[in-house]
Formats: sequence, structure tokens, C-alpha cells
Amino acid sequence: MDLIAELEAEQVASLGKDIPDFKAGDTVRVGYKVTEGTRTRVQNYEGVCISRKNGEGIAGSFTVRKISFGEGVERVFPLHATNIDSITVVRRGRVRRAKLYYLRTRRGKSARIAEDSNYKPRADKSGAEA
Amino acid sequence: MLRSGVIAKKVGMTRLFMEDGKQIPVTVLQLDNLQVVAKRTAETDGYSAVQLGAGTAKAKRTSAPMRGVFAAAKVAPKRKLAEFRVDPANLIEVGEEITADHYFEGQFVDVSGTSIGKGFAGAMKRHNFGGLRASHGVSISHRSHGSTGQCQDPGRVFKGKKMAGHMGAARVTTQNLQVVRTDSDRGLIMVKGAVPGSKGGWVTIKDAVKKPFPENAILPAALKSAAEEAAKAAEEAAAAAAAEAEAEEKRLAEEQAAQEAAALKEAEAEIEAEKGSDEGSEEKKDGDE
Repeated sequence: MDLIAELEAEQVASLGKDIPDFKAGDTVRVGYKVTEGTRTRVQNYEGVCISRKNGEGIAGSFTVRKISFGEGVERVFPLHATNIDSITVVRRGRVRRAKLYYLRTRRGKSARIAEDSNYKPRADKSGAEA
Repeated sequence: MLRSGVIAKKVGMTRLFMEDGKQIPVTVLQLDNLQVVAKRTAETDGYSAVQLGAGTAKAKRTSAPMRGVFAAAKVAPKRKLAEFRVDPANLIEVGEEITADHYFEGQFVDVSGTSIGKGFAGAMKRHNFGGLRASHGVSISHRSHGSTGQCQDPGRVFKGKKMAGHMGAARVTTQNLQVVRTDSDRGLIMVKGAVPGSKGGWVTIKDAVKKPFPENAILPAALKSAAEEAAKAAEEAAAAAAAEAEAEEKRLAEEQAAQEAAALKEAEAEIEAEKGSDEGSEEKKDGDE
């Protein structure tokens, strides 16, 4: 392992984030810490994950899209951000793309994603998932 | 107070997540066997500086004259040498090793290195020219520079005119980079932002010239020998404390042992006394079995 990978692995371990197994198409709820003046609270942001980028490492990120007051909103979260309180998977979606950018041009009925009824957790994550 | 800089190897870039939710892009620089190879003094050379060497080179691939230099300094052959001007008071002894504690977190530094070569580059890439229009009669020359001067008077192109040519592979200094973290065990210095050159390239780090000299900077340099001495002193202190504790424990143990011995003696005496009276009955028991 080269030094950069070593440092990144160390940092991932020290941050100790419990990241669930999720992919594009899943509906996720992200608890994001918001600081207002002196006190902090957790704000939930729920929507469809439309892309995962740069793997599980320190540089990993994911995009969550939702329709807010009739307007499409997308937020990109770093996977290991210290501002993220929690990530919970609300619904597993069945999709055939890794990036669901086509949802941006769709509205309503055509922007639905079928639920993955027989979802199988990934082998290396099964312990954490169960 | 001009003090020595360091030679480091660019390892690569990564990011650090801070407690307050910020993420900082950092370049990881590594000190690799950084030792003083020679001293330049005003008496012998007319100026004062230290020559540092970093990395490890094979002796058989080092030229004979350089082997002589390294032999005189009693250090292993180095891959990269660089001189740093210092105040005469901040000269370092030859052979001393500098550690990553030389810089502290939050300090500003200047980093110099050889930038990545771009080859023969056009005026748009090399000098940020705008190029020509995409339409309106422009043909073939959309990325060319425009006019290079006037007409018959002066009738020539002025010297220094920005034109296409070789770009990169030149010495570049990035000023005022902040040190985010240091790791003396592995010899790592992490600075915020990018540093000239490619991964594996050599760079030199100096205290920022455009910031006031930091008060808590280590003078003349953060040396391994000093760190070892401090560690040794700490160890000795710890050992002394441990010895004291041990002596105390021993004393306590001895006391306890003495007490126990006394108790044992007493108990034995008691048993002895009881035995005298019980002997007859015990023998009887043996017989029964």
C-alpha cells in the first residue's frame, strides 16, 4: 500500500463512520449537522441517491436529489464528512444505471423508481447490514 | 533569523476532514534521511549556509567526487542536495538529521520545485490568451495569438513578446502555504494546497518570506539528535521514577514479607503446640485407614 492510501485508510478508520451499503436508486435520509449561531442541530435531507463517486475511500461522495416545493434540489455530500450525523437507507430502488442523471429531465410518474423487493446485501457488508 | 529549510519528496495529495466539518486539500511531503552534508562559513566560503542531502543513493552509482564529499561528511550517499542560506548563529553540525518537527502546525511556508513539463504550448495555454473567434471568417487559427506588434515602424517584434513556446519544467515557488499537520515518526509534512512538480519529485520548503518569522520556530533546526536526547532524558526520568517506585515497592514487599514471616512463625508455633496435644488422635486415624 502506498503512503497516501495508508494515510487515507488511517483517516477513514479514525473518523469511524458507519456508512450503510447503498447505491444509486436508493432513497436515503442524511442527517446533516447545521450550526446556527452557537448551537448545532441535525437537519434531515431525504431523497434519491442519483450517483456515487470515487468509491468508499476518503474522497468518496454521493448526490441526493429530491423535489422541494416543486423544484428539483440536488446536494452532494462527502461520504466521510464530519458534518454528516447519520445516513439511513429508507428504500431500496431497482435501477439499471450507476448514475441516474436522466431523472433531472423527468417529472412525476416517469421519475419513479421501482422498489428492489429482493435486495441482497453485499457479501462484505452483510455482517454490518444484519 | 534566517534558518535552514528542508528538502522533501512530494508524495501526493489527499484531503483531511476537520472536526468543524471543513475539509482541507493537502499535499503530503516526506523527509527522507535528511542530513547536513556540508557547512559553508564566512571564513572559508564568504557566506554562511548549510548543504542538506536527502534520499538514499547507491554508492556505486554516485560519482567518485561526490563519494568523496559524502565520505568527508561521514553520511551515506544522498539522492538530492540543496544549499540553504542561514544566519551564522543557525549553522548546523555536519551529519545531523532534521526531523519534520522543524515546522509547526499553522505555520506558513514557501515551497519550491520543478513544475510538470508541458512541452511546446500555444499562447492560449501558456499565457492565457483568448484566441480568435469561432466564426466570422476565422479559419484554421482559432487558438492562435493575434497580432504581435505594429507596422513598418517599428518594423520588428519587441523582445519578450508573449508567444507560443516551451512551458513548464521550470523552477516554481508557491508562497504562503499553510502547514496543516506534521508527523515526525514518518517524517511527513502536510501543507494546504498544491505544490509544484509531480509525485515523487523533490521540493524545498522554507519559512515564508512574506510573513513575520514565527517566534516558536525551533532554532537552528529540529534535529533528530536533540529529539533523541530529549527522549533519553525523559526515559531516564521515567526510569528513575520507576526505580524509586520499585524501591518503594520492594520496601513494602519486604515489610510485608517480614510481617508474613512473623505471622508464619507464630502460626507454626501454634501448630506445633497443637500437634503436641493432637498427636495421639492422628495416629489412631492412620491406623483406621
